[in-house]
Amino acid sequence: MADVTTAADAPIDGATLAKDFPLLSREVHGRRITYLDSAASSQRPTAVLDAMRVYDETTHANVHRGVYAIAEEATRQFEAARTNVGRFIGAPVPAREVVFTKNATEALNLIAHSWGRTHLAPGDVVVLTEMEHHANIVPWHMLAAERGIELRWLPVDDDGRLVLDDLEQVLDGAKLLGVTCMSNVLGTLNPIAELATAAHDAGAIIVADACQSVPHLPTDVAALGVDLLAFSAHKMLGPTGIGVLWGREELLESLPPFLGGGEMILDVRKDGFTPNDIPWRFEAGTPPITQAVGLGAAVDYLRAVGMDAVRAHEIALTGYAMEALVERFGDDIRIFGPPEPEARGGVLSFAFRDVHPHDISQILDEYGVCVRAGHHCAKPLMRRLGVNATARASFALYNDEHDVDTLVDALDAAGRFFS
Amino acid sequence: MPGLEDLYREIILDHYRSPRNRGELESPPAVRVEGFNPLCGDEIVVTLDVEDGVLADIKIAGTGCSISQSSASLMSAAVKGKPLAEVRELIATFKGMMSIHESTLPADGQGGATVEAPEPEAIDVDALGELAALQGVVKFPVRIKCATLSWNTLTQGLDDSGVSA
Repeated sequence: MADVTTAADAPIDGATLAKDFPLLSREVHGRRITYLDSAASSQRPTAVLDAMRVYDETTHANVHRGVYAIAEEATRQFEAARTNVGRFIGAPVPAREVVFTKNATEALNLIAHSWGRTHLAPGDVVVLTEMEHHANIVPWHMLAAERGIELRWLPVDDDGRLVLDDLEQVLDGAKLLGVTCMSNVLGTLNPIAELATAAHDAGAIIVADACQSVPHLPTDVAALGVDLLAFSAHKMLGPTGIGVLWGREELLESLPPFLGGGEMILDVRKDGFTPNDIPWRFEAGTPPITQAVGLGAAVDYLRAVGMDAVRAHEIALTGYAMEALVERFGDDIRIFGPPEPEARGGVLSFAFRDVHPHDISQILDEYGVCVRAGHHCAKPLMRRLGVNATARASFALYNDEHDVDTLVDALDAAGRFFS
Repeated sequence: MPGLEDLYREIILDHYRSPRNRGELESPPAVRVEGFNPLCGDEIVVTLDVEDGVLADIKIAGTGCSISQSSASLMSAAVKGKPLAEVRELIATFKGMMSIHESTLPADGQGGATVEAPEPEAIDVDALGELAALQGVVKFPVRIKCATLSWNTLTQGLDDSGVSA
């Protein structure tokens, strides 16, 4: 990694890493941009942008098809990205267990479609949590409407943690538990290994939405003990248009295809077809090849920085931000989620006086500060919190304390504007 | 770049801080309609009484940002007690003002296609009175849905009331 300036797992200096990200040097409304919306989509380092450009300029051809040189090179790069991503999350069989999808949403839909339609009958139970993103709710609602399955919910307490007191009861008779590794609203890190054990004891499989966790902390699917896990490249310094479904080899092998078309077949006859082996069985049509190369480069970048260092950096930054906000605004700010920075990722949702999040975001934009305002695709959680929307600042490895200070000052200005 | 003063005019902040016609009318007999802005989670409840072709009373409930709340408040003040035909006309004029930018900018993902909207000069902004304060919202495209939420909800309420203008 030419432009990673720190040794793996050395402490991170956000401002130094920010130099690797061209977008972060631009100005907005005459001020340097302060990008605090990485939970929605992260920025990309030059290494990722270059990898995709070089592939496009020198190597592009369709994969798994031609026998000419660049087609072979393209295929090799595409499959190398798959193995690289698999190793990054501790996949035991990286070349076969990583399925490329359009995004994490498609990966979760794939599960509901392929696993759900072959394993769920009317009356069967799927357990979700109140803090799930719509992507891990709506596919199950759609299946419930179609197959008459029952959805059960693990509740969230006032500190934004899952209430697990009745876990055994809730899981009793369940076929699947769907849970986010880290809430995109609260930052809460859920006890996935413990939940996996409980799910398996109840005879259920566990599906983890890892969109917020894979980019920000070390991930080991084997240690987590999950069966299926989904995440998106564009939240982990990679491009849009590609997501990942990881699944245990035997489980993936037992599943029918999702979409039909080229690539996902071994044979097609007039009277039927024979599906391809995993992972290609789930990759109908020409896949996002350039994007896979970009994702591979993003994984290289994260690995070079070191995920332990990323995690340590974000705990420190989150703690700094929580302290700074409370110090400046006291009771005027309500930060949602667990009070301990170690119990959460770098996501801070907050309510500020009675200023609507949309208005907060508008004023912050004037100061070049990018935060998200809205329901964050988690309306059941919003209802649980008793709010319509929150403002959310989220951090990545390229943020630093100066970004937090800018946020606090801009928020102060928003407060004065609406007082 | 448009400045914040274009968006947050004094009249708008006044209606946000002291919304007019807040609450709900008893329904029935009042017509009750809920509106949602899926973008930001804002919810609005419009209740209205129609008597003899006149919008006799209207109340606004729900939560939202300063733009959606002030637009709803301004709307309620502007339409209360007006004949339905006038109300419909006002809705058309207001929505015309809110869509000016769409006729002058390429629509997203439409390959440069433009959205049908009244010609700017065909919109009588003077007829809008205080509502003209919301004109600046069109310079902030993502906020247009905030401003039009209550108006779309009112339109649905008029349609539901079963009384044609």
